[in-house]
Formats: sequence, C-alpha cells, structure tokens
Amino acid sequence: MLVQYAGLLIVLAVLVGVFSYGSENFFQKNTFVSIANQIPDLTLVAVGMTLVLIVGGIDLSVGSVLALSSAVLGVLMVQYGWPLWAAIPLCLLAAAACGLFNGMVSIGFGIPSFIVTLGMLEIARGATKVVTDSQLIYIGSAVEPIGEPLPGVLLSPAFLLAVAAVIVGQFLLTCTVFGRYCVAIGTNAEAVRMSGIRSAPYSISVFVISGVLCGLAGLAHASRLSSADPNAAIGIELSAIAACVIGGTSLMGGRGSVISSFIGVLIIAVLQTGLAQLGVSDAQKQIITGSVIVIAVIVDALRSRWVNEH
Amino acid sequence: MNRDANPLLDVAGATKRYAVTVLDHCNLQVRAGEIHALLGANGAGKSTLCKIIAGLLAPNAGHMTLAGQPYAPANKQAAEAAGVQIVQQELNLIPTLSVAENLLLNRLPARAGVIRRKELHVRARRALDRFGLSDVHTEALVGSLGVGRQQMLEVAAALDRPCKLLILDEPTAALSAAETKTLFQLLEQLRRQGAGVIYISHRLSEVAALAGRITVLRDGKYVCTQKASELSTEQMVDLMSGESSQQAARKIGNNIAAAASSEQVALRVEGLSRGIVQDVSFTLYRGECVGVAGLVGAGRTELLRAIYGADIAEAGRVYLGKAPRPHRFRHPGQAVAAGVAMVTEDRKQNGLLLSQSIKINTTLSAMWKRFSIGGLIRHRAEEQAVRSMCESLEIRSTSIFQTVGALSGGNQQKVAVGKWLVRDADVFLFDEPTRGIDVAARRRIYRLLESLARAGKAMLVVSSDLEELLEICDRIIVLSAGRVAGIFERDDWSAEKIMQAAFSGYVADTPVQATSRKPAQKTARKTTRRRP
Repeated sequence: MLVQYAGLLIVLAVLVGVFSYGSENFFQKNTFVSIANQIPDLTLVAVGMTLVLIVGGIDLSVGSVLALSSAVLGVLMVQYGWPLWAAIPLCLLAAAACGLFNGMVSIGFGIPSFIVTLGMLEIARGATKVVTDSQLIYIGSAVEPIGEPLPGVLLSPAFLLAVAAVIVGQFLLTCTVFGRYCVAIGTNAEAVRMSGIRSAPYSISVFVISGVLCGLAGLAHASRLSSADPNAAIGIELSAIAACVIGGTSLMGGRGSVISSFIGVLIIAVLQTGLAQLGVSDAQKQIITGSVIVIAVIVDALRSRWVNEH
Repeated sequence: MNRDANPLLDVAGATKRYAVTVLDHCNLQVRAGEIHALLGANGAGKSTLCKIIAGLLAPNAGHMTLAGQPYAPANKQAAEAAGVQIVQQELNLIPTLSVAENLLLNRLPARAGVIRRKELHVRARRALDRFGLSDVHTEALVGSLGVGRQQMLEVAAALDRPCKLLILDEPTAALSAAETKTLFQLLEQLRRQGAGVIYISHRLSEVAALAGRITVLRDGKYVCTQKASELSTEQMVDLMSGESSQQAARKIGNNIAAAASSEQVALRVEGLSRGIVQDVSFTLYRGECVGVAGLVGAGRTELLRAIYGADIAEAGRVYLGKAPRPHRFRHPGQAVAAGVAMVTEDRKQNGLLLSQSIKINTTLSAMWKRFSIGGLIRHRAEEQAVRSMCESLEIRSTSIFQTVGALSGGNQQKVAVGKWLVRDADVFLFDEPTRGIDVAARRRIYRLLESLARAGKAMLVVSSDLEELLEICDRIIVLSAGRVAGIFERDDWSAEKIMQAAFSGYVADTPVQATSRKPAQKTARKTTRRRP
C-alpha cells in the first residue's frame, strides 16, 4: 500500500532533508508541532475537495463556507452565550446547507459546479459579513481547547480530527459502494447512467460532505485564532486544489486519493514553513510554491502517459 | 461495365482495408453532366468510396483519374482544389459561428488578419441567394438554424467553391419536401453546367427520379452500373441484397433457435414512440433471440433506448414478464431494477469506464445487489466473481485490475456484456454487440447469446449486419423510418424480403408485401415455428 504513495513520500522526505540541511532549526520537535497545528483547516477542506474533484466537480466556495460557519459559531457563543457543544451542530448545519445548495443547483439544473460554487463563494462571504457585521468576533478561551495541543500528546484535537477525516475519507472512497460510484461518475457519468445507476444522490452527497468538512475546518480555524474572522481563509480553495493536484487527483474527475491529498497538504506546509525558516521572502515563497504545483502536474502528466503506453 | 472513353472521374480497383476489407477493388465512373447514384446496404462501402474520392481516406490500392489527369488527393484540401466537393452525412459546420463565417470559413476576406465584415456578408448573401436560401440571414448563428437548413448550407458551401464533382452522402435525410425540391433543382442546374454528381440515398424513389446511372456496391464489392431508367426499385433492392438471399436459405442447425423452449412472454412493447420511433409494438418470449434490422437512421438504437428508459418514451407501454402493470421507464435505473439490461452500441462513449479497471467495470451495476453489505464493499466476493467472469468469457488481460481502455475491442465488448451477466437480467437489449470485434470474439458472443437463450433469457439484438441476424435470431423485426415494416419468422424470411421491408418506409411507390407484414401483437404463435 505504501508503494502507491512512494513518489509523494519521497518528495516530502527530500523537502524535509533539504530544509534540515539549510536551517539548523528545522529538524526540531517544535517545527513539526507547529506544522501539525497549522494544517487542520486545509486538511479538512482538502479531503472534501478531493471527493468533489473525483466526482467530476469542483468546490470554489470552501473558504467562504469555512468563514461563514466560524462566524455562526462566534455569534452564537458570544452574542447569544451558547456553550461550545450547542453551537457546533448549528455551525456544521450552516456549512452543510451551503454544500446542499451547491449540489442541488449544480446537479439539478445541470450547471457546472465551477459556476455554482463561484456564486456560493460570494454568497457565503457576504452572509458572513452580514452575520458578523464585518467585525472580528473574539470568542476567547471557550473555543481554544480544540486548537491547543493535548497535554502529553503535543497534538491538538483539531489535528486529530483532520487525520480522522483523512482516514474516514479514504475508507469511504475505497471500501464503500458510495466511493466506488463517485469514482465511476467522475469517469463517465453517461456510462454510469446507462448502467442503471442514478448518480444525483451520490454527487449531491459529495457536495454536502465537502460543506460539512468546511464547517469542521471553520471550527478548527476559530479555535486557533480564538475568534471568528469574517475575512478568514480567503483563497484556501486554491491551496486545497493545489494539495489535491500535487497528490495526483485528476481535475477531470474519476481519479484521486484522500491520503495523497493529505500528503499534498503536508508538502505545501513543509514548503511554507521551511522557506520561512530559510528567510525567503513572501514573494519568493509564492514563486517557489507555484513552481512546485506546476512541476507536480507535469510529473503526473508524464506518469499517466507512461502508464498508457505500457 | 461499359468503360467510357473520357469519364470525368474514373476510379479503378479502389481498396480499403482495416482489420477487415471494407472496400474491395471497386470501380466507379462518373461522366461530366451526370448525376450518378451509389446504392448499397449498410456497410456496403459507399461512404468509404466517397471518402477516398474526397481525399478523406487514403486507399490501400487502386487509382483514380479526374478529367483525364491522374488524381490522388492527399487530403480534403487537395481534393477541393481539384474541384471535388463532398457534403457528408454528419454536419461539419461550426454552430457558434455565423452563416457567413461558416460559408467562407477557409477563405474569409481579410486585410492584415482583420476580417472585412462587409465583404464577407455581401459574398455570403450572394451565395445564399444563388442557392435558394434567400430567407437565411447571413448574420444568424448556424446553431440557430434547423438541421435541414444546415444541410442546405453545407451544400451551398460546397457549391460556392469551384466544383467539377459534387459528392452528396444522404443529403435529404434531414430535408423538408420543399428543401429537397430546391436541392434537386440545384443539382439539375449543376448537371447542365457539366459537373458530375455522386449521390447516395436510401430513398430509392428519389434515386429513380434524379439519377442518370446507378452503381451498386455490396459487401465492399462492385456489383454493376446500370441506367436508372432500366431498373425498378425492386430490382435495385435485389441487386443490393444479392446472393445473401440464397445464403439465408441455409438453415443453421445448432443455433440459438433450437435453444428456445418456453413460450412465456418476457417483454411486450405496445405503441412505443419516441422521436423517430413511431408506434412500435412487438412481443419477446423467454428463450428467444429477436433481431432488429433496418437502415441507418431507421430508429433501431432509439427503440432500444426508449425501452430502456435512456430516453423517455413519448407514448406507449412496456410490459415485463407476467407483471400486469405496464412500465414507461424514466431512467435506466428503473429498467435495470425491473430486470432489463442494455449493452450499448458505443462502448467508449457510454458503455464502459475506459480509464477504470476490468473489476470496476464488471461489477458496476451489481455493487448494491451482490457485492456489498450495508454499503461496504465485499472485496473478496467481488474479485472472485470478476475472475470467474473473465475466465468464462475468455477475456484476455494481464489481471482483473487492468484498465479496460488497454484491452482490444473484442475483449472490451466482453467486459461490457459480462457486466450484465454479473448483474443478471431477464431481458437483454444488445445494440450492435459484435461491431468492430474480431471473428473469435464474435463467436464467443454468439455462444453467449445461445447460453442466455437456454437459460430462458429474452434478447433483442440490433445489428447492421443482416447476415448475423439471419444466423442468430429466431425472428427479425424490421424498422423502416421509425416504424415496424415487418416481423419475419425463420421459415419465411429472406434477405431480399427484409431489405425490401427496410426500404419500404422510404419508397412511396413500393408498398410492403402483404405476406411479410405480421400483426404486431401476435398472441398465439405457431409452435412449428422452428425447423430442426
């Protein structure tokens, strides 16, 4: 099973090696703990994105939905005084509703999900600003336990949640009929229809799952910042897509792996942290990150050509 | 064939081979100032021959002369430059561009790369007026025109270029009566100017009225060239079906027919209509293999799709087995749940997941039914079922995890069929089950049909290969222009009769022979139907 991820793991190991060689501070426990506690939101979003891409869609609204759900959490806890356990279901429900809207509109009316979720990107961001009155809502210590490292483990509940999402996502994809049909629909929806399978329930569910995962990401985000930020996670959809693409998920649908996307997230995070420690400027960081994405896609294209020829 | 001294076009020994020979040493001579009809059944090689003449295909052998000069076009552009224009069956217009732009696409008037719109539209207008399309606006998008108008536009585009020889492949299929008339006037005009026309049509009355001479092809071979005035439409059909009528007489002893045993109804279709398919009724019994014959565009695939719910029928009912309640499936899922399976014509388009493994393709329809518990996949049971399916159908592959797209056509088709064996059904709809596959795979598929019949399944098989239907079927339903033109039983069919029926919907003046038309909803069938 590891063979499948060998290529990606080698890239990750090489990056860690290079940064450890370049900066003596890199190969430290603290570095890894800080990476682990920074990536839960992106990981959760990337898991949902992987499923959406596999089914042949795309979800551009993830950042806004993340912000909206954390705003709902913040408003409920601060303005209405709800406890965390009561606010979480509602925050996830808001995110699920956004996903359901994406799925129903795009599948029901046959509109490309690119367009529907682009609309949702604006709608949910606007709704976030309405809910928060465009102000940062400071929630405080009530939400912090989720993002703080557990004593003794050094890992936060949010990180463990993200890892659990990766495992469940991969299980869903490879061990359930649901996952099998998602792959099939993304490969050739018409052939699936002619096989007597109704694809709509599967496709719509995938968008709902993506929504719920954004809700969880919103929770993780809020807990890390101790607050709900109406401008949170702008552009996270691009990082999530990048992670999926680095992991070999096809933007045309039908191929992908949640674990690979997770390794893609790790590669991006290591790159960011490592480059920062080397003192590379933000501008240069962007250039390098962008290059890595393009190179990953070129390698993937070469790989699939090689597979086709052999 | 009387060889002309100076034909406009002389094709001698044109041959085209793929895996099989589709055109075998064909000859064709077209005179200047002649409309020459090319006749033949599906797959006789008409379109292949035309494509060779138009530079769209390179022949494996043979040579051509055009107006006395050696002629071997390397591509369509070269043929057009030599004055040979073709209008193909499928439209080659760009729907999102305007009429004028399409008309002058490869010679847009431009200065320094900027299109001179005024001149473009003036020239397009002139061309349209010349070809009786004065009601078409030059600025209209081609996609907004009806199919008939688009077809006329293609003809106009071809005629607007220098034209010594015009090839028309089924031009009137989409035309209205008025448009057809305009087209004929144009062709007559062109003929009088001394150009040659090669005309392909299933509508024999049209051919009789329009053509000077007729060349008949059969099974990729040249049959004869005769004056149109010397042939009746029946004689044309005879020439096209040819010796296959005698071949049909030989009965195949150990075929599927013998396997059928039960007289129970498996599928009854009543008055089904959808698009071109109009008011189709028939009954399919258990253990029976029924063929659907007809010309291209007669509505064969459309009939299967309407039964299967891939397209929703506009009218009519489908009864399955003993169930008294009729169905009109709105989604293939309903048909599959009711015990109907369909193997589609185009494996790559909608039959298989080409980039996925044999395993995933094979079990796709049966995941919920056979290979899961509470939504979790039973991997071991799945792989076992796939392996045994591969073994019994002799699918040649490196493993069950091999990508289907990497298999040969025959093995792909076996997977497409195997998928439904794994799922199981009572009624199997096969659309061109042996298209593009080699002889061995074909035989394997026939044996499979046989064993399905023995297991009491009912099969409806669409095929363009009449020989094949005559060999494997118990009965043959002939569709013509979307209607049932006859249902033939083994003891009274012949290739000739079937061809006659297939053309009957297109020939106004030849009624279907009364003997060949059977009442569609026959309840009592002769038990002596099958001969040993």
